[in-house]
Amino acid sequence: MSNDNHTPVKHDDSHVPVHAAAEPIADPGLAPHTWRPTDVDPRAEKRAERQIAAMFIAAMISAVLFVVAYFSFEVGDNWDTFAGMGASTVSLGVTLGISLLLIGVGIIHLARKLMADAEMVEMRHPAASPPEDREATLEALNAGLDEAGIGRRPLVRNTMLGAVGVLGLPAVVLLRDLAPGSTLDIGKLATTIWEPGMRLVRDVVGTPILASEIEVGDLINAAPEALFPTEENGYPELEAGDEQVQKAKGAIIVVRMDPDDIIAMTGREKWTVDGIICYSKICTHVGCPISLYERTTHHVLCPCHQSTFDLADSAKVIFGPAARPLPQLPLAVDEEGHLVAQSDFNEPVGASYWEREKQ
Amino acid sequence: MSVDTSKVATSNRTTAATTSKPGPAGSLATCADDRLGLATVMKKNLRKVFPDHWSFMLGEIALWSFVVLLLTGVFLTLWFNPSMGHVTYEGSYDQLRGIGMSESMASTLNISFDVRGGLLMRQMHHWAAMIFIASMMVHLLRVAFTGAYRKPRELNWVIGCILLLLGTLEGFTGYSLPDDLLSGTGVRAADGFLKASPVVGTYMSFLLFGGEFPGESIIPRLYIVHVLLIPGILLALIAAHMLLLVYHKHTQWPGPGRTEQNVVGYPMLPVYAAKAGGFFFMVFGVISLMGGLLSINPVWKFGPYDPTKVTAGSQPDWYMGWPDGALRIMPTGWETVLFGYTISWNVLIPILLLPPLMLVILILLPFLEGWVTGDKRDHHLLQRPRNAPTRTAVMVALMTFYGLLWAAGGNDIIAIKLHASINQITYFMRVAVFLGPILAFWITRRWCISLQRHDNDKLLHGYETGVITRSPDGQYAERHLPISTAAAYTLTARDRDEVFTSQGDTDAAGVASPNSRSEKLRARLSTWMYVHNVQKPTAAELEEAHHHAEHEAELTSGLDHPVDGHQFDDHRLRDTDDVPLRDH
Repeated sequence: MSNDNHTPVKHDDSHVPVHAAAEPIADPGLAPHTWRPTDVDPRAEKRAERQIAAMFIAAMISAVLFVVAYFSFEVGDNWDTFAGMGASTVSLGVTLGISLLLIGVGIIHLARKLMADAEMVEMRHPAASPPEDREATLEALNAGLDEAGIGRRPLVRNTMLGAVGVLGLPAVVLLRDLAPGSTLDIGKLATTIWEPGMRLVRDVVGTPILASEIEVGDLINAAPEALFPTEENGYPELEAGDEQVQKAKGAIIVVRMDPDDIIAMTGREKWTVDGIICYSKICTHVGCPISLYERTTHHVLCPCHQSTFDLADSAKVIFGPAARPLPQLPLAVDEEGHLVAQSDFNEPVGASYWEREKQ
Repeated sequence: MSVDTSKVATSNRTTAATTSKPGPAGSLATCADDRLGLATVMKKNLRKVFPDHWSFMLGEIALWSFVVLLLTGVFLTLWFNPSMGHVTYEGSYDQLRGIGMSESMASTLNISFDVRGGLLMRQMHHWAAMIFIASMMVHLLRVAFTGAYRKPRELNWVIGCILLLLGTLEGFTGYSLPDDLLSGTGVRAADGFLKASPVVGTYMSFLLFGGEFPGESIIPRLYIVHVLLIPGILLALIAAHMLLLVYHKHTQWPGPGRTEQNVVGYPMLPVYAAKAGGFFFMVFGVISLMGGLLSINPVWKFGPYDPTKVTAGSQPDWYMGWPDGALRIMPTGWETVLFGYTISWNVLIPILLLPPLMLVILILLPFLEGWVTGDKRDHHLLQRPRNAPTRTAVMVALMTFYGLLWAAGGNDIIAIKLHASINQITYFMRVAVFLGPILAFWITRRWCISLQRHDNDKLLHGYETGVITRSPDGQYAERHLPISTAAAYTLTARDRDEVFTSQGDTDAAGVASPNSRSEKLRARLSTWMYVHNVQKPTAAELEEAHHHAEHEAELTSGLDHPVDGHQFDDHRLRDTDDVPLRDH
C-alpha cells in the first residue's frame, strides 16, 4: 500500500499563476449563531447581571476611596513615604485606576454576556461616486468656472494668483523679530565672554584656581570669572538670560598631565602652564557638555553621542561622530599664581554651523 | 431567555389604544431633529457594523490614550508656568530648595510635590504619551502587515503616518517643557541639529531661540506648539482618520460569509459602542495605575537645566532613540567645508535626511505596491502576512533597520549592562544597520513562503493528527485528517498573485509604446515580488488530493482495526461539516 501521504507533493513554485475563475472551495456561508449560556440559562443571565453590577459598585467604592485618599494623605514634605512617590500619588493612582478599570471591564462584560451577540451583515458600497454623479459634478464645476471666466482671462488669473502668492512675503517677514534686532547677529557665535587676563574659576563656587593646586591627572570643571561678578573683581552683573548664554559657551575643562605627554600643535606651545591645559567643555558635534575623563589615556568622552577627544593631542577626535577637536583656551598665570586666559578661544565653540569658517 | 413583551397587547379592550404623548426624551429628540435633521444621518450609522478582531483594537488604544492626554494635559496647564524667568525654588522638595531655576522647572516641581494628584497627572500624561506613540506604531505595523493600506485606504495610511510624525514632535516638545537638566540637554542637541542645516540653519536656530542658545524664549514657544498648534492638527487629522474609517467601513478577515462585498460584525449600537466605550475606561484605568505606581521622568532627580552640566547615560524618550542611534554610529569626521561654508554630514545625514526619508518611504509603500502590482481593485479583505511574502519581508527589513538604530541609540547603556566595549558595539552597528535588514528580508520572505506551503499541505493532505500508523510491510506514517470546510475555505480565501507582464516595446500597430521602459521595470519588480510565492491549490488539485486520500482510506479499511486517527481524541463525532470543530 502506498504510504506517501506524509510526504509533501512537489509544487511548481515558479509557474506564473493562472487566474482561476472558480474558487477551489465554495464559501460555506456564515456559521449559524450559537446561543451563549446567558441566552438560554436564566441563572447564568442573573449571575452575569450580578457580576456586572458588583463591578460597577466596586468602581463607585474605589472612586469614593480616591476622595478619601485625596484628603487623608499629605503631599509636600512626605513625598517619598511610599514607593518613592508618596502615599498620595500611589493611592490616588491606584483608586482611580481600579475605578476606571472596573467600569471598563463591567461594560465590556455587559456587551459580551448580555447584549445581543448575533453578527450582522452589511453590504459595502464602492468608495467611488457613481459615474452619473461624477459627470454631474464635472458639469457643475465647468459651468461655474465658465461663468467665472477665469480660464478665458489669463491676465486676471495670473495676477490674482501672483497677488495671493506674494502675500507669503509678509507672512515670512513677520517672523523676523522672533529674534529681535541685534539678537539675530550670528557673529556672536564666534566669541565667548573670555578675554585676556580673565581668571579661571571653579564652576560651582566661583573661586579662582591656583596653578600649583592642580595635581597631575586632575580634571577641573571651570568657568570664566565674569560669570561670578563681585565687587572685588569688578565684573558687571549679567541678566539671567545672558548668563545662561555665556555659561553655555564659556564652560571649560582644565586638566594637568605630564608636560612630556602633551603633543602641542604648532603655535600652541605656549598655551599651557606646566602641563596644565584647557579646552572648551562644549562638544563640537551637537553641543553637549563633555564630562567623562579617563586620566590614564587623557581621553574625554561626550555622554550624548560618545565622541571621544584626546586631550594630550590637541583634543583631536579619536572616536565617535564629532568632526573637529575641542577649541583650546590659551593659559597663563597671573602674579598671584592663578590661572588666567591669554585670550578668547580662537575659533567658535560648540556645534558646527554653516557660516562657521567665515567668521 | 427574556421574552419581548412590548408587542403583546396588555389589555383586551374593545377600543383601539391611542398613541400616548412622547416622553421628555422623545420631545427633546424631536426638538433637536426639527433643527438639525440628525435622524437621517443616524438611521444609517446607529447600527453600522464593525468587524471584530483583537488586532483592530490597537488603533483604539492610540485614540483613547490621546483622549487621556487631552484630559491630563488640561489639568497640568492649570499650574504649569512656561516661563524661563529665573526664580529661587522654595517649595517642599528639600534637595532643591534655595537653588536657582527657571519658573517652568519650579512650577513642574510644584505640580509634583505641592499639588495633590499633580504628580499622578504628570506621570499619567507622560505614560499616556508613550502608549500613544507605541500604539500608533503597532497599529501601523498591523495595517501594513495585513495589506489594509491598499486601495481605497491609501489616503488614510498617509494621514496615519503624519499622525505618527506629529505625535513624535508633540512628545519631544512636551518632555522639553520642564526645563530640567535632561530635557535641556535634548534641546541643546536640537539646537545643534538646526545649526547643521545648510544655508538657513544658523538663522533658524537664532529665530527659534530668540537669539543665542538658550535664551529666554524657547520654553514659552515650545509650550504653545505643544498645547495648541500640534494638538489642534492632531485632533483634526484624527477626526479625518475616523471619518475615512467610517466611510470606507473597516476591513475584515476573510472567512465563511465574509467577502469583499460585505462587512460582518456587531452593530455600533449597542455592542460596538459598549466595547469601544468600555475599552476607553480600561485604557484610562491602566494609564492611571501606571501613573500611580511607575515613576517616570523624575525631573527633581535631574535638577534644573545648566548648560555646563550633563549626566552620563543621557537618553531621549524612546521614540526619539532611532535617529539618535544613527547620529551615534556616524563615522568620525564627516564634515566638509565648501567655498568656506561648513556642511556637517555627521548631523545632516542621520537627523535631517534619514527620518524624513523613512517617513517618505513609509508614506509611499501603498502607492509603490499598487504601481508594481498594477492592482486597481478595492480591497476590504485582509491578507495574512505570509500571503504577501515580499511586503511582509520589506516591513520586517524596515523594522530591523529601525530596531538596530534604536539599539545603537542605547550603545552606552548596552556597553555598561553587558560590560562590552562601546567602540566595538558602535563598529558592529555601523555594519549591522546595512546587513541586518537584508538578512531579515531574506529570512522573512523564505519563512512566509514555507508557511504558504504548510497551508497548502493542510488543504491537500489535512492536518497532522499526531497518530502514527504502521503498515503491514512495516512502514510508519503519520495520519493526516482533512480540516473542516470552514477552515479550508478560510485558507483559500485569497487572491492568486498575478505577475504584471509588460505589453512589449511595440503595440499592435508596431508603434513603440510610450512607457515601455517603466513598464519593463514594473514587470521585473512584479516578478521579483511574486515569483516565489506559493499559490493556493486549484479545484482540480484539491479534488485529486481528496481522491487520493479516499483511495488510501479504502486500502486501510481492509485491516482488522481500521485506523482513522480518531481513536485518541474526541473529534470523531464533531468534526463534520455540520458541526464545525470547536475549541473546547
